[in-house]
Amino acid sequence: MMPSDQHGLRKPEDSRWAAFRDRLSRGWYKFSRNRISLIGGAMVLFFVFLASFAHFVTPYPHHAGAYTDFANAFEPPSAAHWFGTDSLGADVLTRIVFGSQISFMLAGVVLGISVPFGIFVGLLAGYVGGKTETLIMRITDIFLSLPALVMALAICAAFTPSIDKAMLAVASIWWTWHCRLVHGITRSIKTEEFVQASRVLGASHLRIIFRDILPNCASPIIVKITLDAGFVILVGAGLSFLGLGAQPPAEDLGTMISIGSKYLPERWWMTVFPSLAIFLIILGFNLLGDGLRDALAVEEGV
Amino acid sequence: MQFSYFLLRRLLYTILVLFGLSILIFIIARTLPGNPARLALGPFASKEQIENLERTMGMDKPLPLQYWTYITGIFRGDFGLSFQTRRNVALDIAHYLPATLELVLVSILWVLLLGVPLGVMAARYKDRWPDNLVRIFAFVGVAVPPFVVGLVLQLIFSYLLGILPTTGRLGLMTAPPTHYTGLLIVDSLITGNFSALGDAIAHIILPSFAIAMTGIGQIARLTRGSMSDVASQDYIEASRGFGIPNRIIAFKYMLKPASIPPLTVLGLTFASELSNAFLVETVFAWPGMAKYGIRAILRKDFNAVMGVVLIIGLAFVVVNLIVDILSGYIDPRIRKRQEEA
Amino acid sequence: MAERSLLLDVRNLHVHFRVYEGLSRVLDGVSLQVREGERVGLVGETGCGKTVAMKAAMGILKSPPARFPAGEVFLAGRDVLKMSPTEILAMKGKLIAMIFQDPLSSLNPVFTVGQQMFDVIRYGRRRAGDGKRAVRATLRRTAIEALLSVRLPDPERMLKMYPLELSGGMRQRALIAMALVNRPRLLVADEPGTALDVTIQAQILELLKGLVKEAQIAVLMITHDLGVVREIAERVYIMYAGQVAETGQAMAILDAPEHPYTKGLMASVPRLTGEVLAEGIPGTVPDYTEAPPGCRFHPRCAHRMDICGERKPLPVETAAGRYVACYLYGGESHV
Repeated sequence: MMPSDQHGLRKPEDSRWAAFRDRLSRGWYKFSRNRISLIGGAMVLFFVFLASFAHFVTPYPHHAGAYTDFANAFEPPSAAHWFGTDSLGADVLTRIVFGSQISFMLAGVVLGISVPFGIFVGLLAGYVGGKTETLIMRITDIFLSLPALVMALAICAAFTPSIDKAMLAVASIWWTWHCRLVHGITRSIKTEEFVQASRVLGASHLRIIFRDILPNCASPIIVKITLDAGFVILVGAGLSFLGLGAQPPAEDLGTMISIGSKYLPERWWMTVFPSLAIFLIILGFNLLGDGLRDALAVEEGV
Repeated sequence: MQFSYFLLRRLLYTILVLFGLSILIFIIARTLPGNPARLALGPFASKEQIENLERTMGMDKPLPLQYWTYITGIFRGDFGLSFQTRRNVALDIAHYLPATLELVLVSILWVLLLGVPLGVMAARYKDRWPDNLVRIFAFVGVAVPPFVVGLVLQLIFSYLLGILPTTGRLGLMTAPPTHYTGLLIVDSLITGNFSALGDAIAHIILPSFAIAMTGIGQIARLTRGSMSDVASQDYIEASRGFGIPNRIIAFKYMLKPASIPPLTVLGLTFASELSNAFLVETVFAWPGMAKYGIRAILRKDFNAVMGVVLIIGLAFVVVNLIVDILSGYIDPRIRKRQEEA
Repeated sequence: MAERSLLLDVRNLHVHFRVYEGLSRVLDGVSLQVREGERVGLVGETGCGKTVAMKAAMGILKSPPARFPAGEVFLAGRDVLKMSPTEILAMKGKLIAMIFQDPLSSLNPVFTVGQQMFDVIRYGRRRAGDGKRAVRATLRRTAIEALLSVRLPDPERMLKMYPLELSGGMRQRALIAMALVNRPRLLVADEPGTALDVTIQAQILELLKGLVKEAQIAVLMITHDLGVVREIAERVYIMYAGQVAETGQAMAILDAPEHPYTKGLMASVPRLTGEVLAEGIPGTVPDYTEAPPGCRFHPRCAHRMDICGERKPLPVETAAGRYVACYLYGGESHV
């Protein structure tokens, strides 16, 4: 419902946010019709739920963290341990759920830091322009001159391997994508005539940013964050797999796979189940993100 | 004329970016906590030995001076000394690079030879089962971590079926061909060493496919989208109207404009392949840059880290430049935009 | 005048589309003919179905979603609706050439004009039975001649240029050259020049007229612009909402329209002088999923009678070669 003044005319200030809200509700309608995206959404919700309530949903919550029970080590999947036990005797299923906790935390922290920062810097670059813009975009180019994983590896080189340093490394790269995205949108809107018109009418810069630019960024950013979540988890798992991320005993899925791979092929369950888990989590985010992109009518390439 | 000017500008800019990259990594690598000298010499080294090593590595000098020494060294081919191997990092890289290069090149081959035809097929049978199959494959390809793909392939083809080897570039019993390029396939072809050729190919199939998985899916999807976009264009209908046969239209008039978006993505695909290589090399114990680089990171061997980073950055940048040139060559509209920029 | 042979014979064509909202009955019994060497205009406003009629006649209407519940289309005596796409294609190069509205979007942007022209010539000759593979020199020569005939300066340079390097007028000329190079017997033009400036459009039409007259090429010109009709067409079909309203000699119809729709059309052309500058026709074009029965114009017609809304009128011959589909002129209804 569009807001209106006493004459029933739509108030122009709110129209861009209103357009976004409209897009959201239409997007929801379209989204709910797309089976694939619903499946993706369900998967994500399922895994997030499991991770959030890990303590309550796992059969052996005390097996998480530092736990040893060598008597029961290397048990194949059975009724007692659906996914078998690992080299230390801990239940693989439980450790997977707790491991996914770390993966989600990674995604949350990385995106929580890099997205706002990226948006801010992108707005700055796009709106202010001039030397600031050049400087910011050059720095962005430098960070983007290496593939994400490699860059993260290089940054991790500076620290002792640990999960928080990995988060830092990934976060310090990730802002660049959002910066670029927002910068592009800001630049294109800034040159539109209606912006210049509102400046003439006395609108402040902040007003223009909040009223005109941000609503246009909202949809692409939502889609990107969803797809990013999957990708960040992928990169994080890669770092852990190489030994640079989550360290035992607080393993995440990548570390688990790395450890498990040493025992292939006889103790296959130590590798296969964590791999399946991470695949499904990332797939869920991808399906969800793709569906959102469709529903909110954002172009490919985001 | 204008195009070469544009090229020059791009080249200059990328060199600038590489410089920026080197500064960034340099600062990170050298201002880090933890002492690489001690790590290299082990826990029983004396203070004197550590200080000696530090002096040899120039760690006692101020940071900007260290950077300057390093950069000027690069131009002489001196990439600094590795803490681990105590020799010029450039030599180390020359030793490990061909393995990774070969792997990545074969992966790109997979992407082109599988990705493009799959995409064309998906576009041809749009919304029918080949299309849906390709889309599922693409989704899965992007969602699975490359090391998982590697492990699964290893599990199935090496352990279960036993038809392909598990690790390494050559079997223990096979003598490597004479070293010309370091690319085993090329070398064995040149020297006519067919047993080595077969073995090298057998060893490279699984890791290269694992690396290529993501890229195949992306390119297939993009080709599909691009082909179906082009197919609905007016100029295709017009060429039908002029009586040009369908086969010619499909392979010439549709494929050429449709190849632009996949081409641009090829640059990004290459980047993801480089990252994937790091993961997959570990799975298959491939003696490449990954092994060297990761060990360097864990030991804080900063010269080695710098070397690896710069080489990868260079490779990335070169590939992007090639992609830009090719795009400009194929599509005059892009050329125009490039010239105007 | 001796009876010239019939190139295009559309008989009572009905075309339906299955769309989201239901069944879109776009064409409701359209008949038209084009003979050798004659210039025919197909006139109507946007949305009247003229492009659909043309595409169906050319065999390029995609058959799902289009359906042909009734009617026939004969191209040089062969039933197009029953032919396979390959057969249609084979026939096309020899017989028909088409030019579309927007010259920029009709040319493949990543190929030069020369490359595209060579292929048109090469495959046109091959179809014409010129067995031996065309030598590049011959292709060049033919292409240059064609470009000269459309009065493009410096044709050798033009061959190496890409579409985006040419102006709109030059592109349209190049397209005309491509269309006519294989000497088709029928040229179908869908609103050529609408995408161009008015002065350029006039030049293009002038050129086209000269070329087809000289080579005795038949033309089916589809347009909404009565000025174009006056310029080029000998005979004209006026279409409204998927039905043919009237047909006859172009000048006769333009000077003295009979069908109420045609009258309305003439009246809505703005005049520079006089008391009434322009008059619109009240109402809007119908939705084809809920088209009015009988004569589709009847809801907007000032002279409507009861029977108009019940059954579609058959064409009445009001003069030699002149037909109107309107009960005002007598005429029986469609069964």
